[in-house]
Amino acid sequence: MEAYAALNQKKPRLKRKKIIRQLKKDYQLWLLALPVIIYFIVFHYLPMYGIQIAFKDFIAMKGITGSPWVGFQHFERFITSYQFKRLILNTLGISFYQLAVGFPAPIILALMLNQTKNLKFKKFVQTVTYAPHFISVVVMAGMIILFLSPTSGVINHLIGGLGFDKVNFMANPGYFKTIYVFSGIWQNAGWGAIIYLAALSAISPSLYEAARIDGANKWHLIRYIDIPSIMPTAVILLIMNVGRIMNVGFQKTFLLQNDLNLASSEIISTYIYKVGLLDAQYSYSAAIGLFNTIINILLLVSVNRISKKVTETSLW
Amino acid sequence: MNSIAKQSDKTIDIIIYILLGIVVLSVAYPLYFIVIASFSDPTLVNSGKVILLPKKISFEGYTLLINHKDLWTGYRNTIFYTITGTSIGVIMTMMIGYALSIKKFMGGKFLMMFLLITLYFHGGLIPTYLLVQKLGLYNTPTIMILFGSVSVFNIILARTFIRSTLSQELYEAAVIDGCTHIQYFIRVVLPLSKAIIAVLSLYYGVSYWNEYFKGLIYLTDKELYPLQLFLRSILIENAIDTELLDVEEALHQQRLVEIIKYGLIIVSSIPVLVIYPFLQKYFVKGVMIGSVKG
Repeated sequence: MEAYAALNQKKPRLKRKKIIRQLKKDYQLWLLALPVIIYFIVFHYLPMYGIQIAFKDFIAMKGITGSPWVGFQHFERFITSYQFKRLILNTLGISFYQLAVGFPAPIILALMLNQTKNLKFKKFVQTVTYAPHFISVVVMAGMIILFLSPTSGVINHLIGGLGFDKVNFMANPGYFKTIYVFSGIWQNAGWGAIIYLAALSAISPSLYEAARIDGANKWHLIRYIDIPSIMPTAVILLIMNVGRIMNVGFQKTFLLQNDLNLASSEIISTYIYKVGLLDAQYSYSAAIGLFNTIINILLLVSVNRISKKVTETSLW
Repeated sequence: MNSIAKQSDKTIDIIIYILLGIVVLSVAYPLYFIVIASFSDPTLVNSGKVILLPKKISFEGYTLLINHKDLWTGYRNTIFYTITGTSIGVIMTMMIGYALSIKKFMGGKFLMMFLLITLYFHGGLIPTYLLVQKLGLYNTPTIMILFGSVSVFNIILARTFIRSTLSQELYEAAVIDGCTHIQYFIRVVLPLSKAIIAVLSLYYGVSYWNEYFKGLIYLTDKELYPLQLFLRSILIENAIDTELLDVEEALHQQRLVEIIKYGLIIVSSIPVLVIYPFLQKYFVKGVMIGSVKG
């Protein structure tokens, strides 16, 4: 009898022990995750609290909470300002240009590399095309300015050598977007191709063999096997790119812009920097930033929804 | 395969080789030009005489750079930020990456959402700036080291790697033997994760090395400037201080301004260029792991 009672008592105690042990296990996992959680709370979530200054007139003395509310005043000011149209057009212009020309570039490169049967040559091309990815944006901008210089730049020497007039590229707003997009391709197409090459290497060889028996040539293989099989990857990347459409790279634009090309190079993010940090109009600048983020999210959500319906591929 | 298909295959092959040849040339030439221009005679470079080979080899640009104090301050700071920032980043990323790799981790999904949200929604430049000021991190090395030390993308990378290399059975067996998560992480996960640690170190390392924006916004003290900020002032703003050019005539100075830039690009990129060929496969590996949907 006694032994039986002891057994009965032991059972719930064991269970409780198990739960505690389970908790203990998870507790260590939380402990491991803790530094990053703190990091994200401090550097990503705490600034979200500061977004409210977009609806306030921020006065440094009174702090974020103490400053008076002004509603949508800053948003109205931005939308009705003479800068608004230009900023939106430049931001969208660079973005769509980049999507149209820059997005397919790594895909085309990957398709070509995939057809290259000479492995040494393939590896050589890859090594060369990856390299610019590691160049810093400052060096990149420096190179562009050096090469395009109207007096001493190598590009203008080549143009001059061919008998044409030299062009002052950086001083002409008409060239800015092209310079931006093509330098981006130069820097990142090789790197961007890796992901597509991975998708292409996963295609079963029997698929090619079957197509060959049916009389397909290389072009058919690319058109009907390669392209369809990298489509899901391409769609995911496209959605992610659209989700960042309003975030044209601040860094490169900022470095490449000068007073003469400002008409086409001033974009929302550079404007936020200038108004906010250089002119110290914190609230107005924060409002522009929030406006930008919201458009981004709306774009991301809608493109994702469209893609889900049309291609059955989506981010979530 | 019939002969017509073979014939068109050959044509396509030729077109592809020609196109790839053009790609290689247009990517490699600018890099090559920087190298030859950096040790050619400045006058010849500026007048367009240096196109294919270096001419009248001169190391004027480099000698001037070696005596440039700012460059070495920048170098020292960047090395410090890169090493400390990367170490902290890699450790934190591996820790949370391991936690998130455990499928039975209660709250893991929530944690993932918590991280992913920040990719698309953020406070923006001004609120972040105000916060940094309020925390007392403005104009300190700490902000240069801490900020940007973890990225969501790299966390996913680490999680995917740990999940795919270490089986859940191994972990469960270890736990039954009384091993705690932290012990398991240190004794099993870390030693078996050398490849991903290499990848993460490289990713973080390159981004720290190339960082200039943080310095631009959060630093005022020149002694703390990273290399890239000095690069910016010389390459983009043409602000070469006369201290750098202890040459008398103004004309001569002007002549040297451009040549210094070529040398500077080389000197500042050397660390990345030197490690790049050896580590290319690791970089590629990183992209591959990242492309696995997980």
